[in-house]
Amino acid sequence: MKYEMVAGLETHVELSTKTKIFCGCTTAFGGDPNTHCCPICIGLPGTLPKLNERVVEYAIKAGLATNCRISEIAKMDRKNYVYPDLPKAYQISQFDKPLCEGGYVELSNGRKIRLTRIHIEEDAGKLVHERGDTYVDYNRGGVPLIEIVSEPDIRSIEEAKEYLEKIQLIMKYIGVSDCKMQEGSLRCDVNLSIRPAGSEKYGTRCEIKNMNSFTYMEKAMKYEFERQADLLDSGEEVIQETRRYDVESGCTESMRGKEDAQDYRYFREPDLVTIYTSPEKVEKLKVELPELPDSRLKRYTEMGISPADASLLVKYQAVAQYFDAAADGVNNPKNVSNFMVGQMFRRMPTDEEKERCSIVSTVPPKNLNELVKLLDGGKIRMNQAKTVLETMMDSGKASSELISAEDMAGVNQDDLLEICRKVIGENAGNVADYLGGKERAIQPMIGAVMRTTKGKADAKAAQQILKQLMEAK
Amino acid sequence: MESKKVGLIRRLQQKMENKEISCRELTLEYLKAIEQENSKVNAYVLATPETALETADKVDEKLAKGEKLLPLEGVPMTLKDNISTDGIETTCCSKILKGYTPIYDASVWAAMKKNNAVLLGKTNMDEFAMGSSSENSCFGGSKNPHHTGHVAGGSSGGGAAAVSANLAAYALGSDTGGSIRQPASFCGVVGLKPTYGAVSRYGLIAYASSLDQIGPITTTVEDAAAIFDAIAIPDPMDSTCRGKTQNTAGSLNGKIEGLRIGVAKEYFDGIKQPEVSAALENAIRTYEKAGVEIVSFSLPVLKYALPVYYILACAEATSNLGRYDGIRYGYRTENYNNINEMICKTRSEGFGAEVKRRILLGNYVLSSGYYDAYYKKAQNLRGTIVKAFHSAFEQCDVILAPTVPTTAFPEGFTGQDQVETYLTDICTVPVNIAGLPGISIPCGTDQKGLPIGLQLIGNTFQEQTLLNAAYAFEQSGDYVPRVNMGVSAL
Repeated sequence: MKYEMVAGLETHVELSTKTKIFCGCTTAFGGDPNTHCCPICIGLPGTLPKLNERVVEYAIKAGLATNCRISEIAKMDRKNYVYPDLPKAYQISQFDKPLCEGGYVELSNGRKIRLTRIHIEEDAGKLVHERGDTYVDYNRGGVPLIEIVSEPDIRSIEEAKEYLEKIQLIMKYIGVSDCKMQEGSLRCDVNLSIRPAGSEKYGTRCEIKNMNSFTYMEKAMKYEFERQADLLDSGEEVIQETRRYDVESGCTESMRGKEDAQDYRYFREPDLVTIYTSPEKVEKLKVELPELPDSRLKRYTEMGISPADASLLVKYQAVAQYFDAAADGVNNPKNVSNFMVGQMFRRMPTDEEKERCSIVSTVPPKNLNELVKLLDGGKIRMNQAKTVLETMMDSGKASSELISAEDMAGVNQDDLLEICRKVIGENAGNVADYLGGKERAIQPMIGAVMRTTKGKADAKAAQQILKQLMEAK
Repeated sequence: MESKKVGLIRRLQQKMENKEISCRELTLEYLKAIEQENSKVNAYVLATPETALETADKVDEKLAKGEKLLPLEGVPMTLKDNISTDGIETTCCSKILKGYTPIYDASVWAAMKKNNAVLLGKTNMDEFAMGSSSENSCFGGSKNPHHTGHVAGGSSGGGAAAVSANLAAYALGSDTGGSIRQPASFCGVVGLKPTYGAVSRYGLIAYASSLDQIGPITTTVEDAAAIFDAIAIPDPMDSTCRGKTQNTAGSLNGKIEGLRIGVAKEYFDGIKQPEVSAALENAIRTYEKAGVEIVSFSLPVLKYALPVYYILACAEATSNLGRYDGIRYGYRTENYNNINEMICKTRSEGFGAEVKRRILLGNYVLSSGYYDAYYKKAQNLRGTIVKAFHSAFEQCDVILAPTVPTTAFPEGFTGQDQVETYLTDICTVPVNIAGLPGISIPCGTDQKGLPIGLQLIGNTFQEQTLLNAAYAFEQSGDYVPRVNMGVSAL
């Protein structure tokens, strides 16, 4: 039978506030074990949590950026469970009054993935297994998290990936998280069920815990989809359970069934007071939000940039900001994006370099802007501009330092005609090919003209003259 | 002997400032008394002579320079063993925390330390503040200085016994369902439970976070007011703490004419001893004579107070006590094969019976399937009780009630009948449920000479009115004789 995938994601995003959610310890990644700790985040008897206001603001921003309603009244709750990495034996989280509710993320195919809620909570520490012993490192304990819970609106692995990428991009844009999956600052649980294609009824779902890379998520979802399909095809039932993805085997395996589900015995955290968020505060935070990826993408395509290039620019906020500055006041922004995607990206091959738009240190956007404006004004030719840009990237010099007045004058019509004649004389074979119907044979001759003029000639004009001369023979 | 009606703290500070006694001499008197007489009452579980004398010498240096003493400065005192003290073992009188030495000070203690309060030691209590006799302590129960065949009460029994036996000028205790007021009543001293949120809980090892509050146990109302003023300060470390709204010590004048004192019959229904009834009636008459208007009304919701208290307190306790797993501090079982076994055995061996009982109860009322029937219902009823008090305080300024329906239990009583013991909390728990301030002051004795306590309850953050009403009664007579023990000559 043909089945449809139904999935929802619970995404944990570590917030990049300087200090932890309930104490003043640093949230920096790494550090020697148990050095980013204090009596509060290791839960010493008698200590009390103190809510970091910044965490609330970051979470509200995340909610606003994903079209959520912000709750005027929210509260914190205790989620009780015993594990050595949880020093209080409860996690302070939010149960029935989360900060944000009811948003959505729109995918490129136009489908909206609805968000149930976004709530704030504290991260746990980490168990470290060494030489047969187990140690606990509480550095991560108390690092602030938001959990973004989606409705079961995802219908394919591609949608799941795009959804997660979008969440990642939005959170990075609004500056609330660096969303590094390899450092665990973005991780998710996938709830997945299947149903016969065309059916409206949901099947029994399984939860796959703790996906910490896009590749594993993809593999785990693929495996789980097939596993459930095999079960149904052979007349068996899917059992509701929690599963983990095993990287070695590429399979998901059962962790615990529904009957062994933890009873978290949630109740209101009595050590913290109600979180009131006024509409004025929400407005203030809304104003602080930068332009979001979707709106930027729309703006770029409206500027005439191809959707593919626009996506590449939008994918890195620093790159997009560079583009906006470089495209300021130019006639054809497409020139800017072509230079960036075609030439500058080669100088920033890694994600990390594009993330901070590293080219900015050698070519400030102002310099690219000047170059494109020369092109706009017809002062230089495209191929000339390309060459100059390479030199700019090599030397860090501005276009004004590299292009002389004579260069900008171009090549006059008489000189060009003379050069073309000479090129035709030297390329009898190409001329014969061209006249024999091979139109491409003109290209090497245009190249020769450009070389002779050191790129100053207008390639289109040269092509025109070459054609006329050959056809007149 | 001077009148006990003048604050002991003030008298001791005057003696020091007048050079009648040095702080070191005073401290040594108390330390000597503890050494000689603590075994009679088992008030202290740890004496801290070095800390005490070190502070005393600092105070003497200041006095030598002719400097005035700060509030509470130089006065020997004690802390309940659930108040965290940097570098000084703090066990909550539980085996599971034996050997645990905090690395930070509770906010109240940090504030008092700054004023050179002289810490004589840590006092006995029911394990994790769960109990009414201090007999649930891993160090054994505290005895009543008025009659050592009876208990000192609980859970702050050690502090009340220490103050009553003159082994400390005052004590800080904690009150979750009566743990300051009840032992104060049993030991014939003054015990104030401040409004929830008046005093920081940071560093108080939690029993039930929404009910716990630190407060003083003293020989006089004036002392209670002075200590309240010193410790009821806002604390950024405790989000639920906003400090006092008024100073109290300076406004104790005993002028209560026109004050409206409410009497709700439900508080008197459970009184078990005629002497208690008589003492309470006498208190009402005394107030009437002083020009107070007595307002009678009914508070039927009080019948829910005990179940609400035990459900909410146990639910919070279960969560608060989950951290004692033997991994990071305190007791750890000796033999185990894996982490789960270690945690199980550590907790089974480390906690006493009453603590285990409340952990089980708490888990039960929070578990899915029972949550709505117990925890949620109790939360709703808590709201109802708060509202009932709110309307009561529209008719009166202070409510008068017994602190406990009985005088001090005989030794061993609480171990025999747990439910009967829980029932004796009936008069004290409503105050915690509603977050109100309450005070117990001596108002008489029974045939055996055991003290009877009068409880006054104020509206939230109205400690000034409450303490002044208590002060007026205290000034009206000597109701409980002072125990001839310890530093009784001062």
